[in-house]
Amino acid sequence: MRSKRVVYVPNETSAVSLGANEVAEAIADKTDAVIVRNGSRGMCWLEPMVEVVVGAERIAYGPVTPEDVDGLIESDFLNGGKHDLLLGPTEEIPYLKNQDRWTFQRCGLINPLDLAAYLEHGGFSGLTHALESGPRGVLEQVKKSGLRGRGGAGFPTGIKWQTVADAKADQKYVTCNADEGDSGTFSDRMLMEGDPLTLIEGMIIAGFAVGASRGYVYLRSEYPLTRDIFEKALKVARAGGWLGDDIQGSGFDFDIDLHLGAGSYVCGEETAMLESLEGKAGVIRYKPPLPAVEGLFGKPTVVNNVITLASVPNIIAMSGDRYAEHGVDRSKGTLAFQLAGNVRRGGLVEKAFGVSLRNLIEDFGGGTASGRPIRAVQVGGPLGAYVPAAQLDILLDYEKFAEIGAMIGHGGIVVFDDTVDMAAQARFAMEFCAIESCGKCTPCRIGAVRGVEVIDRIIANENREANLDLLDELCDTMIDGSLCAMGGMTPFPVRSAVKYFPEDFMPPAGDNK
Amino acid sequence: MSDTDVTIEVDGVSMPATKGQMLIEVTDKAGIYVPRFCYHSKLSIAANCRMCLVEVEKAPKPLPACATPVADGMKVFTRSANAIAAQKATMEFLLINHPLDCPICDQGGECELQDLAMGFGRDISRYNERKRVVRDKDLGPLVSTDMTRCIHCTRCVRFSQEIEGLQELGTIGRAEDMKISMYIEKSVDHELSGNIIDLCPVGALNNKPYRYSARAWEMLQREAVSPHDCVGTNMYAHVLRGKIKRVVPRENEAINETWIADRDRFSYEGIYSGDRLPAPMLRVDGNWTEVSWEDALAKAAESLKAADGSSVGIVSSPSATLEESHLLSRIAEHLSCSNIDHRTRCRDFTDQQNDPVMPWLGCAIQDIEQADAIAVVGSNLRREAPIIAHRVRKAALNGSAVSMVNSNEYEYHFDVADYEHGAGLVEMLAGIAVAACDTLPDSIAAVCDGVKPSAGQKRIAKSLRKAESGLLLLGNIAARHEAFSAIRALAAAIAEATGATLGSLSEGANSAGAALAGVLPHRGRGGKKRSDTGLDVIQMLDKKLDVTLLCNVEPDADILASANAVKQLADHKFVIALTPFASDDLRECADLLLPVGTFAESAGTYVNCEGRWQSFHGVANPVDEARPGWKVLRVLANLLQVPDSDYQTSEEVRDELKNLLGDIEPDNRYRGDTPIGRPNGADAPDREIDVPIYQVDAVVRRATALQLTPEAQRTRAVAED
Repeated sequence: MRSKRVVYVPNETSAVSLGANEVAEAIADKTDAVIVRNGSRGMCWLEPMVEVVVGAERIAYGPVTPEDVDGLIESDFLNGGKHDLLLGPTEEIPYLKNQDRWTFQRCGLINPLDLAAYLEHGGFSGLTHALESGPRGVLEQVKKSGLRGRGGAGFPTGIKWQTVADAKADQKYVTCNADEGDSGTFSDRMLMEGDPLTLIEGMIIAGFAVGASRGYVYLRSEYPLTRDIFEKALKVARAGGWLGDDIQGSGFDFDIDLHLGAGSYVCGEETAMLESLEGKAGVIRYKPPLPAVEGLFGKPTVVNNVITLASVPNIIAMSGDRYAEHGVDRSKGTLAFQLAGNVRRGGLVEKAFGVSLRNLIEDFGGGTASGRPIRAVQVGGPLGAYVPAAQLDILLDYEKFAEIGAMIGHGGIVVFDDTVDMAAQARFAMEFCAIESCGKCTPCRIGAVRGVEVIDRIIANENREANLDLLDELCDTMIDGSLCAMGGMTPFPVRSAVKYFPEDFMPPAGDNK
Repeated sequence: MSDTDVTIEVDGVSMPATKGQMLIEVTDKAGIYVPRFCYHSKLSIAANCRMCLVEVEKAPKPLPACATPVADGMKVFTRSANAIAAQKATMEFLLINHPLDCPICDQGGECELQDLAMGFGRDISRYNERKRVVRDKDLGPLVSTDMTRCIHCTRCVRFSQEIEGLQELGTIGRAEDMKISMYIEKSVDHELSGNIIDLCPVGALNNKPYRYSARAWEMLQREAVSPHDCVGTNMYAHVLRGKIKRVVPRENEAINETWIADRDRFSYEGIYSGDRLPAPMLRVDGNWTEVSWEDALAKAAESLKAADGSSVGIVSSPSATLEESHLLSRIAEHLSCSNIDHRTRCRDFTDQQNDPVMPWLGCAIQDIEQADAIAVVGSNLRREAPIIAHRVRKAALNGSAVSMVNSNEYEYHFDVADYEHGAGLVEMLAGIAVAACDTLPDSIAAVCDGVKPSAGQKRIAKSLRKAESGLLLLGNIAARHEAFSAIRALAAAIAEATGATLGSLSEGANSAGAALAGVLPHRGRGGKKRSDTGLDVIQMLDKKLDVTLLCNVEPDADILASANAVKQLADHKFVIALTPFASDDLRECADLLLPVGTFAESAGTYVNCEGRWQSFHGVANPVDEARPGWKVLRVLANLLQVPDSDYQTSEEVRDELKNLLGDIEPDNRYRGDTPIGRPNGADAPDREIDVPIYQVDAVVRRATALQLTPEAQRTRAVAED
């Protein structure tokens, strides 16, 4: 009798929303295979992607619907049999093969809640290494790696950690910003669903480096599956002695709480997140003091994005220098780019900095889903500038993007084809801010609402020139006066739309008011 | 030059600053005005209005002066083209939603938004879509709202969080739906809540009783001092054609900072109550008839002359001015009368010979903040002296261990270290004394006999002993207590043993002044012991005196020791009352009513609990025939042929007393050594001897809006039970 086959069916939000649970059930009902619920490999257009272990390889089929299961069985998919949905060995799919998987190395590979599998794939070797080398050693490696905050601002992580480490306080905190609200982004979610123990490990290392004993993960409430998986992961880590008091006999105590947001974009801004964590309304605090000096409950606090923290274990395990070998100039390492919008192959691409936008969209993404020409790309979420098709050769590098008034942000890339109405997109940027502004400072609170109205007047061709000037001044006021990046950056997509696509703001032909 | 000193340059002028200071503090100090709405020196920094944007060399964007720490060598431009452009842009935004209702807005003419709009606004808006409209809140009888005018500076919110310690107001909603609001609709009830009216830079929060009754520019601003507690809060009365229209704070960092209590702000309504006594009245054959001032004073003098000094009694209010007290004291002296008292709310005079020269806080009001341990004994502090309560709260926030000892538990909005309550005051204090004293002084040995201190009492004793500057404060409830003698001796022993300062709060605005002037049966002027101790207020009531002079006293409401003061007084032969109000009480028991002005209609001086003399002029015209009390007493003194009583001004009266007193050092040390007996039932814990905050004097009792507050209604309901 042959041993039972192992079949991987992702338990990840995009796969589940496409029927992964039903597929897993059908396979379990109709075969004697052992089903492992892994994370996603990040190839969303292939989800639900089912993998079968055949020999030393994992053979992929996708996208699989429950109705496909009978056919797959007939095709003997448990032995890698031929089928229309057969994708071949997973690791050989070019989309995956051509990536630089560093942070996402285990994502999709294992059952995220299987501690043994995590350890087997190098998990907790970063933490073990950290506990041996001491806080100073950790800080040194993080600085050497050149790692910058992956939440969008790109602040050097090592310097931030050093500030918290140097602060004197009876209590310090490590907080993880998992309020992934930027449109077109999903890397935080994929990591927390596919390899949550890596985030936990990264937070423990951060706590060890700065002298914090408490960690908080601030997760957006729109991710119920993520919450479920992450909460279980915390239990798994605690049960294994990797979280809580006296971690692995090291004498170091660190524990993590998961906290849910309540549906506010601005709570992804670090100070608003801290307010929300403290149980208050999510409004911006002015800086200084920086959170690193006076953060959560007034104590020195590390605030980092999920990907930043999850990048750390491997940096410590492999050394900062190794990480810094990836990337270009001051943009070291890799970023998990997320392809979304009008793109044929949407998904997650972890790639070293320095890759071109065109490479990501055309080679990985396969161009637009509609097959029409690309007209604009918005990088970095709803506050990111629109990059016109003519600039697609720009390299993904924090400084290069800043030069053209754009930003990489959290690495979300949203593609638009030539049917897009950029005036409507500009209006949407203001409208988004008008809905999501915390309401604290004048420029953001009032500017966004009135920005929508001014754009409406422009679209309606009322006093067009005067209103375009007014829009420009309004944008200045928001940029110069806003308390945080929400109001300060909302003008970027608006201005880029006006600058690169002025024709969309022109009256329809024959309308000469 | 220490390493915290830095030099910055503002508009080309170099100036010193301290590292970490915010730019706006430096420019404010240098008299350089940077426009602002949300910044307030007494509140935390919010940096939300963005009006104070200035240009800083090398900064890529304009920076908010309120939230930008100074750095050495920083070059700041507050009036450069860039700075002005940023300020104007913010102003343009703020005016988009602000209604153009200045002509009907009470804030008009004294509005920060209006002023800055003059300086930074455009004459025509480039945004002409619909303005935002917000439904008004009902914040109760004191504060009116026009929330559409709100610019979201959040000063009111920060005030309620930081100064009151009670989050009465907050922001709800976000973006343009953000509103200043209650979470659940209710009124603002804190005793300092009216200050949000002054803090509001626009007309969103206004003075409700004052609403639509005057314009800011047509009123005269006159200095006044609060008559309602021992703090001596500085305030301005805003007067239109001789009538007070409203009261606002007068900044005095040493006393009330920039705050005043609601009681001080809204009490003026009582001045114009419908039952003001319009003219002198005489009871003739049981019927009240109006008489002229001449006849009235002649009648008063005649009755006093006819009586023997020992059968004359004088009961004066603890809020009588120093001048009134001095003249009463002189008249009594002239009549050889020692039956004179101002302690209308006290009950226990058995140890009065050991009273200090005057009731004294033991320190300056602002020093309370520096005390590292405070025990407040026998006090409903927030109601008795809201400003002192605020200072105590600040001390607690500074890290001071603040404990409370009181039979009833009152609410405080800070962490009270220990709250001893539920038992009698003497019983609880005895516990602390036993814990604090190595050997008990003779005076309290009997009271402490067999007492075992509780854990909390031990902690309070320990915290006072550990403190570098401990403070033990006796409140009004302690002073009114039937076993006050024991309480005072115990408190003194605790203070002595722990090294804490002993301080006390006193009734009314001028208990200290009355004591100095000698309005006491056992002490003359300056605390001089009388050879013939006269009758105290309780004894006077009991005796059927020939002539009794009441000065600003409404017997049933003000004299606490007797349950039926009016009935007792009715048995006195001839009762003269100097009073602003023709209350039923007085109509029942008095024979001659002389209309005198309230605090606002008379010049005078109050000596506050820290011993500070504060003189003031009359700020409002006297109502009807009312005359300032000191003038009435001065004429009475003339008619009685009191020598050298031809005073022309209130200052003459004050200065005469000042000279007579010479230097008096207040001293709270207790010198009594005779054993004080056990309280024998006088220490029952359930006895309610608190006076509700809006019942403390005749003016407050008549202040309409204050009487409509939930606080007033609650205490009235308790009283009627």
